[in-house]
Order: sequence, then structure tokens, then C-alpha cells
Amino acid sequence: MIKRITASPLIWPVLALVALLAVNVVLTPTFLSIRVQDGHLFGSLIDILRNGAPTMLVALGMTLVIASRGIDLSVGAVVAVSGALACAHIAASTDPASPGTVITAMGIAMGAAVALGLWNGMLVSVFGVQPIIATLVLMTAGRGIALFITDGQIVTVTSAPFKVLGAGFAFGLPVAILVSLAVFALVGLLTRRTALGMLLESVGINPEASRLAGVRYRTIVFAVYVFCALCAGIAGLMIASNISAADANNAGLWIEMDAILAVVIGGTSLLGGRFSLTGTILGALIIQTLTTTVYTAGITPETTLVFKALVVIAVCLLQAPKFRALLSRKRRPPTPAAPAANAPAQSLSVPVPPTSAMAAK
Amino acid sequence: MTTPQAGPSVAPVVQMQDITIDFPGVKALDGVDFRLLPGEVHALMGENGAGKSTLIKALTGVYDIDAGSITVDGAEQRFSGPRQAQDAGISTVYQEVNLCPNLTVAENILLGREPRRFGRIDYRAMNRRAAELLGVLDLTIDPSSTLGDHPIAIQQLVAIARATAISARVLILDEPTSSLDADEVAELFRVMRRLRDGGTAILFVSHFLDQVYEISDRMTVLRNGRLVGEYPTATLDKVKLIAAMLGHELDLLEEIADTVAKSGTHAGEPVLSAKGIGRTPRVHPTDLDVHRGEVVGLAGLLGSGRTELARLLFGADRATSGHMSVNGKQAAIRSPRGAIAKGFAFSSEDRKAEGIIGDLSVRDNLVLALQARRGFARPLSKKTKDDLVRRYMEALDVRPRDPGALVKNLSGGNQQKVLLARWLITEPQLIILDEPTRGIDVGAKAQIQKLVADLATDGMGVVFISAELDEVSRISDRIVVLRDGHCVAQVGADCSVKELTSLIAGGTQP
Amino acid sequence: MTTRTATLPRIGLSDLGKLARGRYLSPLASLVLFVVMFAVVVARYDFASPTQVFLNLLVDNAYLIVLAVGMTFVILTGGIDLSVGSVVALSTVIVATTLRAGWPMPLAVLTVLVVGPLLGLLMGLVIEYFDVQPFIATLAGMFLARGLCYVISVDTLPIKDPLLRQLGLNYVYLYEDKFIRWTVVIALVVVVVAAYVLHQTRFGRTVYAIGGNRQSAQLMGLNASRARVSVYAISGLCASLAGLLLAVQKLSGYSLNGIGLELDAIAAAVIGGVLLSGGVGFVLGSVIGVLVLGTIQTFVTAANLDSYWTRIMTGVLLLVFVLVQRVLVRKPG
Repeated sequence: MIKRITASPLIWPVLALVALLAVNVVLTPTFLSIRVQDGHLFGSLIDILRNGAPTMLVALGMTLVIASRGIDLSVGAVVAVSGALACAHIAASTDPASPGTVITAMGIAMGAAVALGLWNGMLVSVFGVQPIIATLVLMTAGRGIALFITDGQIVTVTSAPFKVLGAGFAFGLPVAILVSLAVFALVGLLTRRTALGMLLESVGINPEASRLAGVRYRTIVFAVYVFCALCAGIAGLMIASNISAADANNAGLWIEMDAILAVVIGGTSLLGGRFSLTGTILGALIIQTLTTTVYTAGITPETTLVFKALVVIAVCLLQAPKFRALLSRKRRPPTPAAPAANAPAQSLSVPVPPTSAMAAK
Repeated sequence: MTTPQAGPSVAPVVQMQDITIDFPGVKALDGVDFRLLPGEVHALMGENGAGKSTLIKALTGVYDIDAGSITVDGAEQRFSGPRQAQDAGISTVYQEVNLCPNLTVAENILLGREPRRFGRIDYRAMNRRAAELLGVLDLTIDPSSTLGDHPIAIQQLVAIARATAISARVLILDEPTSSLDADEVAELFRVMRRLRDGGTAILFVSHFLDQVYEISDRMTVLRNGRLVGEYPTATLDKVKLIAAMLGHELDLLEEIADTVAKSGTHAGEPVLSAKGIGRTPRVHPTDLDVHRGEVVGLAGLLGSGRTELARLLFGADRATSGHMSVNGKQAAIRSPRGAIAKGFAFSSEDRKAEGIIGDLSVRDNLVLALQARRGFARPLSKKTKDDLVRRYMEALDVRPRDPGALVKNLSGGNQQKVLLARWLITEPQLIILDEPTRGIDVGAKAQIQKLVADLATDGMGVVFISAELDEVSRISDRIVVLRDGHCVAQVGADCSVKELTSLIAGGTQP
Repeated sequence: MTTRTATLPRIGLSDLGKLARGRYLSPLASLVLFVVMFAVVVARYDFASPTQVFLNLLVDNAYLIVLAVGMTFVILTGGIDLSVGSVVALSTVIVATTLRAGWPMPLAVLTVLVVGPLLGLLMGLVIEYFDVQPFIATLAGMFLARGLCYVISVDTLPIKDPLLRQLGLNYVYLYEDKFIRWTVVIALVVVVVAAYVLHQTRFGRTVYAIGGNRQSAQLMGLNASRARVSVYAISGLCASLAGLLLAVQKLSGYSLNGIGLELDAIAAAVIGGVLLSGGVGFVLGSVIGVLVLGTIQTFVTAANLDSYWTRIMTGVLLLVFVLVQRVLVRKPG
């Protein structure tokens, strides 16, 4: 039993998270304390959950895209566009405080997000463009579009119903984290209780073989990009709701990097294939805890990035088998080990479609 | 076959003694002796997992040896990598052409020892030298052209040119003929003989026994990591060779011939009837019928359109002309999903790129097609899955019997069996097999051929493609001969391999 | 296959056609696009001197040219370097801070030129020997460099060194009253050196080889590992140099410099025909890509549009290029 736990790839993210929490507790003994105030829970842990909810959500979507051997750099832009559309609609409406307006605004934002996801999906699966470039297009242009919608200004809105998503509480917990966890549960059920997870992994590992086996390759690719964009759209609403404004310049800035990091720390490989949603959640928590740790430790916020870098490097190195072998000073295994049935391990920075290789022995 | 140029009294250029290599859980080589004499073509024979690949990688420094010694030209060597081996005069041309397709032909031949002038690469001299080397092999391609623009057969010869550029004492050719047609193989052998006559020692690994007999002077047989023996080719006939490599699977081959002989004529509505099916420019409009319980073989050279035709039948590529009917009813098959819905199955010739999902388990690979057909919303229950997996793994003798093992860790033969099982689970009425026995050991080959024969007996329609004409001839009820995208003849099972070869080479006009 | 030795081909008109296909097609298309775009912009808006407008493109984007050159090396091996924008910022901050602390100018410059390659070397080693994906390793590098920036200083620090001021402000007259600055000269030297290395040295060909097929390059006996680590060091060096050029251009160091600059460098490379999958592309192509991006900026400024239009147009252009590449060019092999 112990061996199974230590052999699980999730062990490193869990340890990292525990270590970070421990550091926090050492620095601030009251770190783990949760009290009730104003009818809901309060405390550093709650803050971590609330602030990390958008990244967590985006990272969930990103996990599926990466599993399909793709990547989505445009999520930050989608966050900005989503917030911009919602706030623009509410600000321009006659009754900003009515739930109806808010719901329509959210609907518009999510609809736009779906459309952008379809756009990405089309570029990748119909036109065969490499995912990194395809989504780079939207990443570059999208923020410009968001600025265009808000005319370069920060659009503030005064609307109580709108604040619920980002700043509200339900059952004592922040609404944002409830939404993210709900999506996590939903996607988890969808991928593991149905065959979707296996088919997605199959597509990510070998798209052509999956197509020939009758897997709906194109549908799955479309679906993951739409889902990822939808997650980004909802996250954009959370962020805009939290500050009751749309800041097209800064909303979701670098969120794609945090999301990708969360996915990688969680154990999913950038090359596609097997994925772990739980790992992603852990990864997102680690990233958020790290930011909080820096604040609570009283370290100047300027050094946050340095710590972030060090944690990322540490976790990624620990996940690398060669590094672990170096640490335990075992004899380095002969290269390569098994009979030549593996695909050549060409470490690419970006996931690429496979090229036809000759038959294996 | 020629008599060896040098007898055992000449000093070997390579001597490997008592080589042992351990991998976690398996002894890849156990006390193997091997020697290579100058001016000979030496074949290294053995099934998959016998240790041929490992021995070569030990010689070229890719693997470390755990025990034993390697001597080159009398001096003991321990190579730490391919570069050192090359510097010692040992050059390898692998099965996957290990060149860089984005560089020019000349660069691929000479990079690493390119001519320099004032510290810069002298492209003029490089192109000139490359042209010289290509000329030795009678190749007239443009040295400044991009390698990737040439077909694989040419790329392979360029790889050999690279080997000659470093005036190799030893040239190792690892499965060089897998992607070559008969003309190209003859060309390769001409080059090999020329090199051999010039004193180069050539180590030749191939699954094609006829080719081995045609070109080699001596052979070494490995089995399960151990040395079985070293023989002059002239003294070891095919039966003895196969016996040395396997032992017991011989009987299977005889069984197959009996099975096929028993099946009678096929009447009634064909499972698949394709009329005028074609795709410009590779496949011209062709007619093809497959009946229940019939094995139709597609024979022809590489590039004759065999695979392309098969892919059209399965909807993997879109046909530009013609139509198909299934069991008498018109059917438009435009995608693999469409074909699968009609009860078709297709095993691609490129197992690695188009067949196995390497990082998934045997279990997942097996149920993939079935699950894809059911749709993601109807997952197979664990019990059903486990039952199916166990049944098919036993029926096809997939080793090791572990459903959770990752497919990429299986040997080629077992991977092929997993792929076949994947399709058989969907209980198709027509199965198209493109080179199902390519690159796998003789034992598994025999098993798969027997399986195909049995499937036909049970009523499945089979389209069978293989470059090995004796296989096609042994198994098929009818053979369609293709050349340059045309169907040039349709012959019966009584056609001999010799007749087939002549048809392929230049028989009946379309 | 039965005739004798081949003679060396002479470039005829029909061969030019062949050349135009394959790997030269994309950069040529980029060049055509640039010329067309530039002509349109110049025709639409009244500029006193179109030549000077072109030269200003070089002046304003000298640092981006150097950055794109470094990025080209990395992309050719099939990798990516997300840290370069932050290294640019770090360079400006280091040079400004050390000069203010009283260091002699050569020492300050040297420090900068050492830090960049050092960081690049570290990232390269982690990527090559521990199999960490370049995306992740250079992302960590980005955070590290940017973080160090903030730690050192968050203010804008002016640069007062006279020699650097001269470098940044002096005009270099070409003919009549047309001028560039020394930063452009440095950038062009970098381009020439890079082109030489990539096409005339074994190291450069190894870089291309790795991008074509990493395993093959190794098996051909080329030192693939060393090349792969080196390109990140080179990229770091170019980023440092670009940072210096930016510092003398603005005569200040600022830790918020260069945010998103790495994406500009990547976009320039892609527009210039460098394939992200590796093995195909030319530094000259990346330079053309920079000029294209610069032309967009010129247009947006001349048309008095809001600055976010730059992003939108860059995105559209990237899309057009990517689709064109998809249709016309296939990676060899």
C-alpha cells in the first residue's frame, strides 16, 4: 500500500503542497485557522481557494487540450474578452442591478468564449495548424479585441448580482471555488466514467492510429478547445466579478502560463496522452499557495516570481526520471532500455503532429 | 551465393567474445561470440528478442556491455558512443533511415567530416565529393537537393554513401530492404557486392530469408540471447536455418497450406464489391470483389498502389472515382468510421505510426475500435472488458499475458497480434490486412498466417497484402496483381510464386 | 539509376523555379508581403522620406532583430525560449544599476553579456540532460529573470554614461541626410555573424540537423547534446545584447521592459518562415518578420489608431501566414 502511494506520480505535487503549507504554518501559526465571519468561512486557506479558483478552472480546460497533444495559449485573451463583453453589456444596460441583465451578460460572454473555442478547434483540426501557432494568433489578437470592446478603458460596473460569482459566498465557501470544483467533478465524471478519457488519451498519443480505429478525432479536438475556452470564459467572469470591472489590459495576464504550469506540475505531459485532473487541481493549488506564502511571509512581492521559478524548477526536476536517478546515485540505465518499439524521444518544445515512421521491428 | 573470399585463417576485423548484456528483468545477451571477417557479407539471424539488435548496439557503442570483450583489428575497444565506433571504422545504416531529411544530400553524406576552407564549410568541394561517392553507387541525384525530397529507397542509398565516405572497415546494414521493391533490392545488393569485393566486412540483418541466401557468405544464428552457431551459408539450407532459429513453429506453416487447400469456391453476393474505385494519381479505377470466407491477396511492388487501394476500400482516403456496394447494397464509404459501421476492419502497414497507441495498456488498445464504435457515452463495463481482453489475448497468444502492460513495451509480433485482436473484437465481416507479418519474427509470422486462414474458414472476407509473394501465394484464394496503380491480372491460388513475380515485373497490359 | 557520375548543377532559370519551392518559399513570401505592406503604407500616408521610414524601421527595432536572431537558433532545434523578454529587462536593469553604483562601463556591459548566456546555459542543461520540456524550463527562466529584475529595482533608472549615450543618440549618416544609429550597425553585424555560423560551420549545420531529426544527428556522430545546450546560451547572449541595445535606445533601465517581447520574437520568426517544429528557416527570414511587425506599428501610428490595433493586426497577419504556409510548404521528410 505504501509502495503504491509512493509510486503514484501525484506524490510529488502532494509533497510540494504539504511543504508549502508547512512553511506557511511555521511563519504564521494562525495560517491554518478558519473562523466564521459574516455568515461564511474566513481565513488564509479560504483566500487561497478563492483567488486560485480562476486559474484552477482554466487549468482544467488546459489539461484536456494538452492531453489531446495540443496547447491553448489564448486563454488569457479569452478571459479578457469575456470580462469585457459582460461588463460592457451591464454598463450599457438600463438596469445593471437586475439579475436578468447579469444573466444575459454572462450568456453573451460564455457564448463568445464558445465561439473562440470553435475558432481554435477549427484551425487545429480542420486546417491542421499546429496548436501553439493557432492559439498564438488569438493570444495576440484577442487582447486587442478586448481592448477594442472596452475602448481602451477600464469599464466598472455596479451590480450586486454580478458580484456573486467572483466575490460571493454560498454554503460558507466562496462561490468561485464551488464553481471550479463543480466543473472539476463534472469533467472528472465525464472523462473517467465514460470512455471519453480513454479516447482522448488515445487521440493525444497517436492521432492517426485513433482515426483509423474509428475514433471521432475531429469531434474530440473541437470539444476540448471549446471546453477550454468556456472554462476561460467563466474564469474571466469570475475575475471581472471579483473587481466589478473589466480591465482588458490586465485581466488574465499570464494565466495561460500558470495554467500550463499547473497541468505540468500535476503530472500531465506536454507531449499529450495520459492526463490527471486531480494533479492539475493540486498544481493550481501549489501555484496559488506559493503566491500566498510569499505575502504571508512578509517577503516583498517583487520576489514572488523568483520563488515561483524555484518551485517550478524543483517540481519539474523531481518529476524527471534522470534527475531522480542522479539524486539516488543509482547506476544510469542503458539508453534506450526496451526493444525499439518506442517512438523516438524527440523532446520538442511544442506538441506536433506525428510524422509517419517505418514499421517497428 | 559466392564462396567466401577469406577462410577462417584470415584475421577477423571484428571479434566479440563472451558478450553479456543485462537489462532489468531480462538477459539480452548471454556469453555471445561473434566474428566478422574482412571482405565478406555476414548475416545475423534470429527471431525478435534473439538479441541481434542488442549485439549491433553493443558493437557500435550505443549500449554498454556488462561482460566480454570487443576487438577491432586486433585492438580491444570500448566505444562510448556512435562517434567513437565510426572513428574506428564501423558504420551503421539502420532500418529507419537515420539521416536528417531537411539537410541536403551532400550534407547528409559528409557532415561531421565536411571539407573546410579558411574555417568555413567548402560547399563546392563537399558537393563534388558527394557526387563522387554517389557515383560509386551509380546514383545520379543532385547533391545539393534536399534529402527529404527523395523516396526512402534513395535515402537509404545515401545513408550507405555516408558509410563509404568514412571508408568503413565494417558496414552494418540493419533491415535495409524492408521498404524496397525488387529492383531497389537488386541495386542495393550490387552495391554491397562491390563494397565486399573492396574488402569491407558487411554485417547484414534481414527477415527476408531469400535475400539472406542470395547475398550472404556466412551467417550467425542467435536464439534467446545465446549463440546457436556460425555457418557458411552454402552449408545451411533453409529448413535447418529455420530450425536453428525456432524449433517448433515449422509445423504451423504446413497446417496453413492444408487449411487453404480445403476451402472451396465462393459463390453468392460478395461482401464487398468495388467497381472502378480509384484515386488519382496513385490508383487507377479498379474492380475488386471479396466474398465471404475468401482471402483475396493484393500483390505488387512498393508503389504499385496496394496500400493505397486498401485505404480506399476502408475509407481512410477518399476515392475520386468509382463506387462500392456491401452485401449487394450500395454503400458510400467516406471515412474509417463509415467503413467500421459497415463491418470493415483495417490493419495498417505502419504499425508504429498508424496502429498501436503505445502509451496505453494492452487492454485499452484491444477495446479501442469497439469502444469508438459504441461512442464515448456507452463505456464497456469492467467485467465485459476484462472478459473480452482475456479471451482474445489467449486466442492470439499475446505475450506477456498482462493486460495492463503498455503496448510500446511489447515485441513487434505481439504488437501486431494486439492490433489484430483489436479488429477481431469488433467482429467484422471484412478485414483488410496490410503487411501484417512485416518486421516480425518467423514464429509469430506463422501464427498470424494460420490465423488468417482460420478466419476465412469461419466466413470472414479477407484482403491480404504482403511483399512476400510466397505468403500471398500460400494464403490467398485469389490474387490481384497490381502495377503502377493498375490491376494487371487476377489469378487463382494455383499461381506459383515464379508466375506471380513475372506478372508483377511486366505481365499482362492493363 | 544506371548512368554514371552526376555533374554539378548550374543554376538556370528553371532551377530558380525549383529553388522557389521548398524551404525558400516561405521567407520569399514574407519578403513579398513586407514589400507590399511597406509600399501601401508609404503610398497612403505622406512621409517626407520613404527611405528614412524604412531606415527608421531598423532603428526602432534593432533590439528586436537581435532577439529574433537568437530565437531563430532555438526554434531551429525544435525548441522555444520564453525567457528572452525577461532577460532583456534584466539586462537593462543590471547595466543601469551597475553604472549608478559606479562600475566602469566596460565591466557593466561585460556583466550583462555574461548573465544572459549563463542563464541560457542553465536552461539548456536542464532541457538536454533532464528531459524537461523547453516550454517549461524557459518559462521558469522567464520567472527567474523577471523576478531578479524586481528584486534589483522597480524604478526607472537613467543611464548617464557618455559612451553609451553616444551609442544610443548619435546618428550614423549613410548618404544625404539618411541616417541610422549604431544600434542598427550592431544588429546587422549580429545577423551576418549568425547567418555565417548557421550556414558555414559544422555547429550551425548540427543545429539544423537536430531540428530535422535529433536521433539521426546523434547517430551521424554529430555532437547533438552540445548543440542543443548551446543554442539556449546563444539565445541568452542575444537577449542580453538586445537588452543593451534597448537600454542605450531608451537610455534607462526598467524592470517592466520587454513584457511579451518573446512572443514578438516568435511571431517574427514564424512570419519569416521559420517552422516551429524545427529544422527549417533562415535568420534573414526572422529579420524580415521583424520588419513586417515594424511596418504594422508604423501604420498604426501613422493612421492614428489606438495602440491595441497593433495586436489585432499582428494576430491577423500571423493567421494569414500560418494558413499560407500550411497550403504551400511542407516540411521535408
